[in-house]
Amino acid sequence: MSSVQFQTVLFRVLKWILIGGLLLSVLFPFYYMVVMSFVPIQDLLRDPLQIVPGLEQLTLETYRQVVASEGDGGFGFARFMRNSALVAAGATALTMLLAVPASYAITRFTFMGRRQLSAMFIAVYMFPQIIIAVPVFVGFQVLGLGSSLIGLTIAYIALTVPVSVHMLRSYMEGIPESIDEAAMIDGATRWQIMRRITVPLAAPTIMSTALYSFMIAWNEFLFALLFLSAKPDLWTVSLGLTRLADGQEVSRTILMAGSVLLTVPIVFLYGIAERWLTEGLTAGADKG
Amino acid sequence: MSISTESRQAGAKRPRLTPSQRRNNRDGWSMSAPIVVIVVAVVIVPILWTLVLSFQDARYSDVARNGLFNPLTLENYTDVFTSPGFWESLWVTVVYTASTTVGSIALGFAVALALRDVFRGRGIVRAVFLLPYVAPVVAVAYVWKVMLNPQFGVLNAFGTSYLGWDQPIDFLGRAPYALGTVIVFEIWRYFPFALMFFSAALTGLSREVEEAALVDGATPWQKFRFIIAPQMMPVIVLLTLLRLVMTFNKFDDIFLLTGGAADTQVAAVRVYDQLVGSSNIGAASANSVVLAVILGVGLTFYMRLTRGKDSR
Repeated sequence: MSSVQFQTVLFRVLKWILIGGLLLSVLFPFYYMVVMSFVPIQDLLRDPLQIVPGLEQLTLETYRQVVASEGDGGFGFARFMRNSALVAAGATALTMLLAVPASYAITRFTFMGRRQLSAMFIAVYMFPQIIIAVPVFVGFQVLGLGSSLIGLTIAYIALTVPVSVHMLRSYMEGIPESIDEAAMIDGATRWQIMRRITVPLAAPTIMSTALYSFMIAWNEFLFALLFLSAKPDLWTVSLGLTRLADGQEVSRTILMAGSVLLTVPIVFLYGIAERWLTEGLTAGADKG
Repeated sequence: MSISTESRQAGAKRPRLTPSQRRNNRDGWSMSAPIVVIVVAVVIVPILWTLVLSFQDARYSDVARNGLFNPLTLENYTDVFTSPGFWESLWVTVVYTASTTVGSIALGFAVALALRDVFRGRGIVRAVFLLPYVAPVVAVAYVWKVMLNPQFGVLNAFGTSYLGWDQPIDFLGRAPYALGTVIVFEIWRYFPFALMFFSAALTGLSREVEEAALVDGATPWQKFRFIIAPQMMPVIVLLTLLRLVMTFNKFDDIFLLTGGAADTQVAAVRVYDQLVGSSNIGAASANSVVLAVILGVGLTFYMRLTRGKDSR
């Protein structure tokens, strides 16, 4: 067998081993999470290896407990989910309102300071969260915004804006400028061109950017932990889940049900936008 | 320097701005001013403030009372450099960052190559591979914790029943294992990020050169080594940069998995402990400034290195 044939076969085998093994390692944790959330905790303790439970074992009791409010003896996840949804939706709406005009301006025409603006967005993108966490936390406490959903929403903009500008820009750069020029000759202003022409043309990218911002805000943990730890009624799902886990008396199945509630909305959104999302995020990667 | 020349040009030109230039300036700034205000308020001011706080002996109450104006001191910095905890956490951070960056990029590259040729269900497989990256970190961290639990975790049950382990392994609570486990977790969570970039770049490659090489009898390995890999260098450089920055200051993953116990206290977790545990804002700020400087120096060095390679 020639080395070409040998390697071709070898790599084909390795390829399927890699795909198969990785599929298992990626899917199993999610499968396990879902299964554990539907079985009674006693069954899990009795036999940890039983990963395919019988149908008669399945129960919705865990979810009832997780979603119910504290008053009804539950863990209040319905409220956590509402908080998370409010913050994530608010941060996303604000981000898009701010980022779309700015990305349009940076990509479509020259003005004084444009280059410095672009540079600023890249620099901000490279600045890690933990460095701004300390003063944002302290400053918001001083301003009285520290323990509120509004404060958290504003802080999240710091995380969503840089990547949103990056995604929107790489798309808008591809829209021919002659369209803008033609509209200018017809007497349209920049704002009109943006609203009536660029935004509709960029609609898919705007949607995927918005979804990505939503994911960042929904998944976020550090700021929520710093801002809201002392205010249980304002906890987001991520924070509520970790606070639950710290209490020793909470069973693992409860934890898994909470994790499912945290994950399902994101996976659902991701399912809708997978294609756009990867294209938007990696735009420019092939150009190097 | 470029700023000053530009502003001088702008200054010289100002009287002769055409109406359309003036309109562009006005539109440009009215479109971007709101975002600039927000970014300055929640990113740039905080960064500068961290710098100021790092020179102050500040607890939370001092900042609330005196705002910016606390007495200045260098003590935070001397504390940072003389504390053994800092050097330990720096070393753990470096090991963690380097191994997860290399690991996630290598795995992402391998998977992108494996998914390069079309097969039935490729789209679904790729979408599934991205799940660890999009799923909320809190949820996946807890699933891992439950799976790895020594008493009733599925992995230890499997190991002791079928792999002949003498006793369950405390993957997240014992020193040599814990760091390895969080590294594996991080690679698991971020190989999809690299996969996305490599997939996009691989679709952009023209196949003609590869086909010519095949005709000339190149082996698959040679094809990878001499044709594909060199063309992926820009992506590798970009990804390394992004992953280094993101991982060096990573907080959530380790905080959720181990809380920084069992020799896994990375720098960001240490900053958090100083901030919340001992509410020592000055120390936490000094620590993050030192980290930012170390990261900055490392990145400059890295960019020198890669730029040098490119020009050769």
